[in-house]
Parts: sequence; C-alpha cells; structure tokens
Amino acid sequence: MNDMTQNNLERALKIVGTRPPRPDGVDKVTGRALFGSDKSLPNMLVGRVLRSPYAHAKIISIDTSKAEVLNGVKSIVTCADFEDFPSEFVPNGEMIVNLKDITRNIMAREKVLYVGHTVAAVAATSEDIAEKALGLIDIKYEVLPHVLEVEDAEKPDAPVLHEDMMTIGIEPSPKKASNVAKRVEFGFGDVEKGFAEADLIVEREFTTQQVHQGYIEPHACLASVSEDGQADLWCTTQGAFVVRNFCSKLLGLSAAQIKVTASEIGGGFGGKTVVYLEPLALALSRKSGRPVKMEMSRAEVFTSSGPTSGAKVWVKIGVKNDGRIIAGDCVLKYQAGAFQGAPVGPGAMCAFAPYDMVNVRAVGYDIVVNRPKVSAYRAPGGPISEYGVESVLDEIALKLEMDPIEIRLKNAAKEGTIAPYGPKLGPIGMIETLEAAKAHPHYSAPLGPNQGRGIASGFWFNIGGETSSSITINEDGTVGLTLGTTDIGGSRASMAMMASEELGVPMDLIKPVIGDTNSLGFNFLTGGSRATFSTGMTVVRSTREAIEELKKRAALLWEVDLNQVEWVDGHARLIAGDEPKTMSLAQIAKQAGKTGGPIMANCSMNVTGAGPSLGTHIVDVEVDTETGKVSIVRYTAIQDAGKAIHPAYVEGQMQGGAVQGIGWALNEEYIYNDKGELENTGFLDYRIPVCSDVPMIDTVIVEVPNPNHPYGVRGVGETPIIPPLAAISNAVSRATNIRFNELPLSPPKVLAKLMHG
Amino acid sequence: MSKTHVSTCINGDTHEFLCDTQNTLLDVLRHELDLTGSKEGCATGDCGACSVMLDDRLVCACLVLGVEADGKEIETIEGMSSGSELHPIQQKFIDLAALQCGICTPGVLVATKALLTKNKNPSEEEVRFWLAGNLCRCTGYDKIVRAVLEVAADMRNA
Amino acid sequence: MEYVTPQSASEASQALLQEGAFALAGGTDLLVKLKTRFVSPSIVVDIKRVPKIMTIEQSAEGWWIGAATPCAEIVEHDSLSKDWSGIVEALSLIGSTQIQGRATLGGNLCNASPAADSVPALIAAGATCVISGQTKEREEAVENIVTAPGITTLSKGEFIIGFKLPKPKLRSGDAYLRLIPRSEMDIAVVGAGVSLSVTEDGKIEAVRVSLGAIAPTQVLLTGLEDIFVGKEPDDDAIQKLVAVAEKACKPIKDKRGTIEYRTKIAGVLAKRAFAIALKRANGY
Repeated sequence: MNDMTQNNLERALKIVGTRPPRPDGVDKVTGRALFGSDKSLPNMLVGRVLRSPYAHAKIISIDTSKAEVLNGVKSIVTCADFEDFPSEFVPNGEMIVNLKDITRNIMAREKVLYVGHTVAAVAATSEDIAEKALGLIDIKYEVLPHVLEVEDAEKPDAPVLHEDMMTIGIEPSPKKASNVAKRVEFGFGDVEKGFAEADLIVEREFTTQQVHQGYIEPHACLASVSEDGQADLWCTTQGAFVVRNFCSKLLGLSAAQIKVTASEIGGGFGGKTVVYLEPLALALSRKSGRPVKMEMSRAEVFTSSGPTSGAKVWVKIGVKNDGRIIAGDCVLKYQAGAFQGAPVGPGAMCAFAPYDMVNVRAVGYDIVVNRPKVSAYRAPGGPISEYGVESVLDEIALKLEMDPIEIRLKNAAKEGTIAPYGPKLGPIGMIETLEAAKAHPHYSAPLGPNQGRGIASGFWFNIGGETSSSITINEDGTVGLTLGTTDIGGSRASMAMMASEELGVPMDLIKPVIGDTNSLGFNFLTGGSRATFSTGMTVVRSTREAIEELKKRAALLWEVDLNQVEWVDGHARLIAGDEPKTMSLAQIAKQAGKTGGPIMANCSMNVTGAGPSLGTHIVDVEVDTETGKVSIVRYTAIQDAGKAIHPAYVEGQMQGGAVQGIGWALNEEYIYNDKGELENTGFLDYRIPVCSDVPMIDTVIVEVPNPNHPYGVRGVGETPIIPPLAAISNAVSRATNIRFNELPLSPPKVLAKLMHG
Repeated sequence: MSKTHVSTCINGDTHEFLCDTQNTLLDVLRHELDLTGSKEGCATGDCGACSVMLDDRLVCACLVLGVEADGKEIETIEGMSSGSELHPIQQKFIDLAALQCGICTPGVLVATKALLTKNKNPSEEEVRFWLAGNLCRCTGYDKIVRAVLEVAADMRNA
Repeated sequence: MEYVTPQSASEASQALLQEGAFALAGGTDLLVKLKTRFVSPSIVVDIKRVPKIMTIEQSAEGWWIGAATPCAEIVEHDSLSKDWSGIVEALSLIGSTQIQGRATLGGNLCNASPAADSVPALIAAGATCVISGQTKEREEAVENIVTAPGITTLSKGEFIIGFKLPKPKLRSGDAYLRLIPRSEMDIAVVGAGVSLSVTEDGKIEAVRVSLGAIAPTQVLLTGLEDIFVGKEPDDDAIQKLVAVAEKACKPIKDKRGTIEYRTKIAGVLAKRAFAIALKRANGY
C-alpha cells in the first residue's frame, strides 16, 4: 500500500518544478473564459443598489411604494426582507463571522455606517428602470456625527457606531460602549526588563492609509431562485462554499437548496471572501421569480466592498551593541471599518515573527470607524505591523553602522525558535532568504545620485483548512480532477502537475476543473496561501488512492495478489515473474467495467501543518528632491516557497505581491473629505501601479521544504506584499538621510518632509 | 426611447444591431452581441480591460458610443486567433505565464497587437508606456513585458 | 437621448443650439460624465464629420490641427512633432494609448479643466482656435477660451473647428512638463508649457510660459519680457522665473495636491521646461 503521507522530497521529479502551459490558458487568452458578469440567463432582470449618502445616520423610514409601481420594477428588497441575528461569532470555514454584523453590512438596518452602505436593492427589466426606481425610494435619515480615524474614534466623546459594543480583552470589562471592539496581546518575556538591558533603543510611530485590493473585476453575480426554493448562484468569489454558507444563513435556505458556481475570478486578493451582492440578488430573485444579475460599478467597489485598514503603529525595539534584539514592543491600532474585524490579531502575531525574540510584546486594537467594513487583503494585517518593525530595525542598523542584512541574520528566526505568537517554529527559510539576498548581485550594485537601497523581510503564517477534491480515471485513460478551491492564479496547473507526477502520465491527459458546491464536500476558500498546499495535499492523496485502485484492477486482470503489483511511470508492473509484465493506466481503465466499475477516488481532510513563508526584498529608489517623486529603479524579491510546483506562477505571485506593495508604499490611499465621502472612487485617483511605474521584478525562489507536504509546499501568495512597504520607506530614508514614517510616500508628502523635516 | 440602427464590421463579419444612444460600444459588444471577451473593469477609460481596435486605432470600448460604430471596423479579442490557431502573442502569454487571473488579458493582448503592428521592435520602456493604460493587479507586469518583448523578437524573425 | 452626425459646420451649429445639446468629439470626457450620470444630454452632436475638423495641414503660416483629430494621430505626425515638440509631448501625456486614440485638442480645451495637459503648451505656443458659430467663424487666442472650471467663452451653438499654430521662428523651441504621482494615467498636479526663441548670439528673443492646474484656469505668466528678453538666461533670471511662477499660483487643495505643493512644483516645472525649450531653441 502506498503511504498516503509519504513525501517526495528526495525523489527525482519529472513534472513538479517545470513550467507547463496552464490548462485554462487558451480560454483566458481568447476571451472565452467566463467571469462574474459574463453570464446571462433568459428572462433575466438587472439588479441595482441604493446606497447611503451619509457616513453615519439613523434610518427613520424607508418608503419604496413609488418605486414599486414603476413599470418594469419586479422586486425591491430592504432590511425588512432579511432575518436579523443575535450578536454571535460563528465559524464559516476558518473565518469567524458575526451574522448580526454581516446582515447589517449587506443591508443597513437601524443605521447607515458609511457612505456607500446598502439601504435597498431593486430588480427591474432594464438598468435604466432600475436606476430610476432607486431615485423613487424615499429614505428619511437623521444624520449623526461621524468619525474616520482611529485616534478620533478612541476619544471618550467620539460618536459611537454601535451602542452595544463593549471592548473585549480588557479587565475589568468596560461598562460603557465605545468604538474599540477588542484588545489583543501576544508575546513573552519581560519587555521592560529587556529595554533596561538594551544599549540602544529606537521608538517610532507610523501611519498607514486605508488601501484597496484593487482587483480589476468588480463584484458580480447572477442568481436564480425557483418557486420551490432551489437557488442557483453564479458569482466571482474566492470561495463558493463560503458564499453558500453565508447566503444560506442570511436567506434562511438550507445548504442543499443553494448551488454556488464560482465563475472565473478577475482578482480577489482577499476582497472576494465575503458577500455583498450575492444575498441581495438571491433575495430579489426569490421575490420576483426571475433570474437577477448584479454588478458593482468601479466606484461601488471602492466605496462599498472591503478594503483593508489604515492604521497607527507604535514600535519600540531595544538592542545590544552587537545588534542582538533584546526587547521588542509594539501597539497597533487598526481601522475595522463600520463593523469589527480589523486584521489586528494576525498583524500583532507576525509583527516580530521573522526574529528570534527574547522579550516581546505586541498589542493590537480593533477600532470601528465610518468607513466600509474591511475585508482580507493579502497577508491581512501583516504589511502594516511589519512595516513598523522593519523600519525601526533599519534605523537601528544605521545607528549601529551595521549592514541591514547582517542585523537581520543576527536575529533571524529558525527551526526551533519560539514564535512571538506561541508555537515552536518548524524549518523555515529566514536565514536562507537573507543569505540569498546578500549574495544577489543587486545587493552590491553601485547606486546613483539621489538613490537609496532598502531592505526588509516579511513573515506570513499560511494556513491549511477544510479541503476536498476528487479524481476520476476515465475509460480512455485520461484523468479528471474536481477541485473545490477557486483558481485565482494558476492553481489548476499546479494540481494537474502534482497528479501527473504521482500517476506518471503526461499532464495534458489530466483535466482539472473547479467544482460547484454540489460536486464536493465543503472547501474553505482560496486564501491564506492555502490552495496549492491544501488542495494539493488532497490531490496527492486521492491520486495515490486511485493508484491503489489501479493496482488492484491490474492484480485482478493478472490474477495475482495485490502485493505483486507496483506502480511505475504510469504503468502497473508485476514484481515477481520471469519476464517483466506491465499494463498502462489506459489499458487498465479500458477494462474497468469488468474489474469492478469506474475508477475514482476522493480525499477530504482538514489540512494542518502549513509552513510559514519568509521573504526578503531589495529595492533601489531614486528621489527627485525638487518634486518629492520617488521612482523604483531596481527591485529583487527573494522568498522561501518550500517547493515551487510551477515556478513561473510562484514568481508571478512574488512579482504581483511586490508591485501591490509598491502601490501601497508610494501612492495608494483612500482620501475622504470632511463629510466622510470617499473622493477617489476610480482608478484615475486611486493610483495602483501602472506598467510604466515599475521595473522588472527580479525573483529568487528559495526552497526550504515544508516537511508536512508531500512536495514540501509552503504557500507563497501573501508574504510578498509584506516587505515592500518598509523596504521602500527604508530606501527613501537612506536616499535622503531623513527618516520617513508615514505611507504613502506620495510626492506631496515626501516633498513636505524634505522641506520641513 | 427610440433605438438607432447600426451596421458595423466586427472581426471581419458584418453585424447589425439596434442601440440605445447612451449605450457604449462596450455595452453593445457585451450585452447585445454576446462578445464578452472585452471586459468592464471601470467604464471610465482608466483600466484598459475593454481595449478594442476601432478603424485600426486602439481605444477603450467603454469610451465609444455604440452609435459611433456605424460604418466602422472593429476588432476584439474574439477575432485574434484564426481558426484553431492562436495568434503568436496569445501563445506567448500562455508559454511565459504572463497572466494570472486573466481579466486584463484580453485588453492587454489587443493593445500588444496594436503596438507590434506599429512598432516591430519596441524597447522595454516603449512597451511599458504603451501598456500603461492596461491595468493588471496580479502580475506586477514583469511577465507581460517579457512576453511582449519576446514575441516581438519571434515575429521579427518569423 | 438623440444622436446626430452633422455633415457641415452650420448643421452642427444648428444642432448645438438645441436645449440640452452636447458636442461629441473623442468622447473621453463626455462618456464618463454620461456613465456617472453627471450630465444627461437630450441630444449628442457628433461633430467629427464636419469638414476640416479631423485634418492636420501645413501651410506657409504654420499648422492647422482639426479640433477633433485624435491625439494619437497628431503624435504620429513627424513634421508637426519637429516643429512643436512641446505641444506634441503634452498630447502624448494625455491619458493612455487608448485614450489618445480618441481624445482631441478641442475636447481637452472645451472640457475646461484647469489641469488639461494640452492647454498650457498651446497657450505658450501662441496658438489660436477657430470657432464655428451659427453665422460666422471667429478666431480667438487659446488663453481666452476658458474662464473658470467647466466654463468657456463659447456661446450656445459655437464649437471649435480647429487650432492654428504659427510657423515656429528660427532658433525656437517649446516644451511641456507635468507632475503626476505615477508615470502615466494621472491628471496633472501641475503642468508647465514654455515656448521661446533665441537670437543668434544666444539671447532670449521671446518667451511665453503657461501653467496649468495652479489656478481656476491656465495662466499665462506675465512680466517675463523684462526678465529675459535681450539677455542670456542666467541663474538669476531663472530664479526670477521661479518666483513669477510661484506667485501666479492660486491653487486649490484637493486630493491631488496641497496648495504649498502645487506652488512649489509650479516653479520647479517652469524652470525645467524652460531649460528643455532653451536646449531645443539652441538646436540640441
């Protein structure tokens, strides 16, 4: 019997580690691939959303009567059409969600809490009629004072968003409601004692602005609910099963009544892990009896989906003269948006995680403000806290006249290090990525005038979670894979590669498809850098099970004991006997009917043992000292992937993450006016990097295998967005000899600092 | 509201349709003609996902009225491959993994073809500025630019 | 919404007289306003079929650029680019390749944004525009068109049919620079157009500098003759140019820049664009 958990770390590989074309490539380059808004149904209606014009207001009344009688309007929903829930935290996969908040975020109830908050939705026979109907809905508001920044939201006299919100995590429990949802703390040792022993202490405050994932495809869905309550939902999402669970709860339908099919997804980065339009479209369809299609405009994506937090970060680090960190302390205050749930927990957990700490403390506050409820964004919380720590470390290196890589090597976490958030780390690649950075020609290349070089490292946990997939051996010897995690950047390729490697048949005989929610057991979403790791694990195991079955069938045909058959290069082989006897997968498959029927296998598990991925980035910037404009001159990203199944897509994750980080560092920010309205609701003024903003992003993939995965996979998607923030800030600081501690480093902010310090 | 009759040539085929005057060419392509390969990322000309050729000029279909297409020749992503053969640019993007989610890919490919028609030997800088109106959030542009430079070289040598 | 395609200037002018009429050239501004329901025209007048409105012509007096000629076509015009490099640079900065496939000089001016890239370059060059009305054509200096954001001196029924650029003087050069946070796809935080000519012995003969995005309309700097004309441009003169540029600024603070920032950048860009124009005038 094949060992299901046996790893292939020492085996010579034929497919894994190569760069074959992706199975969905042709569909994507021909325009054939169907994304969220590309599908239509007969008799379909168009759904539109009415959104709050106020940042904070009481809803006094909602009158839809005029809109209802407009010709062409087929259904209207408001909060009255959705069940309410008590405040209770329930799991949805790995997420812990509060349905009381979720139902209020998809449809405001007592109050609106941000400009763009949904208050009603209409389905009509045309877009024009739907828009007209929105104008006929009469809502009376009582406008309340609003609050946008964490430092204002914390004040005792701040407008309170939720009258029943008592801060969790402080003793004694407060009696008065506030905007601080919770306090978290991680760490060990005695930081005060550590600072007392330090030779040098640097303490700084940092500010980062709210940023958006910036996926190019707006949220879109198509819902059809029939008269018997059966619901079909097509939508762009990172997790069809997670959407099903949200919608079934919000609409009072059973899981079996809703089939969710994930469309091709035009980017997510964490932003497509929750629901916005989906429950509205289902409710509108249920009420009208007709299919309803909904799409967000780009402006709605910015005002009303889930960006990530802006934050205040305070960091204090004490070192000995030799660069050894003796104490690290930080306080993180993250914007949650209108409902609690800022990623301050993971932010606090990973702040000092690249390092082997003696005394460490990380405190975080989750603070609600009148902005859209934040959602996950690539390594949620990590870039913000690690930006602060990596910046202070750079300043310490300068003060100690130490090389910034050396100081990190001196403190690097390694196998056996106790992470600040508790566990003892397995093998990790911090030292290896730093050594690779030091050895890279970029690190020793000369710099021009007004240029500076910055270094920063990043740590991300990665996750496993509930996963299932199945494999079918077709009668002609081809292979089907049904996968339950959305393919957002090439995972169908890596799954087919792992199955191909295991089976010993060419990859082009393997057809991977993403199943709908009726075709597999629950799968947690594509996120947490978990797809290649977790789904890969189930693919390897189900493939090994299929191989066992193939061997059984061969044994039957040969009339020998199973233990006389082994599997080699896509063939069953008879071990004993005078002459070598083999039977190909195709030959066995062809005779499956007479040996017991179709051959298939599946694997479902709650995957554990994800391996953290460490990265170190090197960036050269040039600062125009007269205008404050910062240009990225050269960029190198180095990361431990554990094992790169498809190196080109691993590089792609590193490059894409780095450039998102460049955007965060240089120009991206939510800009609100004093009425709490977002002023930059388009790509013109929400400035994600364009092609001419960046150089080639050089990559080095380091492979320190994760022993918990058959091929050593760690997961790579999130880590690369962490280092750029500090690396760029450090580079600008070194180019100008002025320490910068505020993002984004947009030209006006940089010039102001150059002029006034 | 009355509709206007429009007659165009799209990817070499004559198409006639009735169009509300406020509808954009992108609305018409996607909703009337089921040519959903051109994507809507912003509807304001900022993302380039709806890039098409209008009388041999690269434009955003979201910034052209459907009625303006009357008598014009339009090329979309659906017209890029011929028969069962991918265009070399399409093949190169697959070979070099120059796409991740794929939503920007049709626009990038149409824009790339327009560039290489005009300039057979573009520099990296020329490629980057030409494609500055095609936002991609996944790739960091590296593999896209490499694919364009490499396929340009292949096509010159072909 | 009605859509018409007049075949002559007078037909176009007639159509534009109607209540709720909007002129459509490249559509890069109008379609965004339509989509966001910022405007709801009763009639859209597509002026692209009016004779001469899509042409580029050279004559003894200089250049004609049809008001609805797409920027991309102007940028591809080699001899025009040689004569008026700064203007062509300004056009090549407007939006993306795709936007340039549609955007026009007439639209850039009539949209009346203080940040329009082509306008400071046109003003610096001393360009005029030909305006077609119901009964007659008139010619007006470009700096006399925009009076406030979104407001022009064009009367109801009038539209711009084309622009006239003088034949460049011997030993002359122009340049346009703008500051944007990214390298492309942004609206100018500040724009600066410079056009100048020099005498054989290297003295400034004439100079015009226009700034964009630093006041409600583009500004043509005054008082430069005293600083430059008849002299070699030394550091002191350049410092004075910077001071004049900064003083001309009456900017707003908005999402694209602070007042302090815009003022400072106006001086920097005026100085830099001047240096480029001077190099070109001297034949480098």
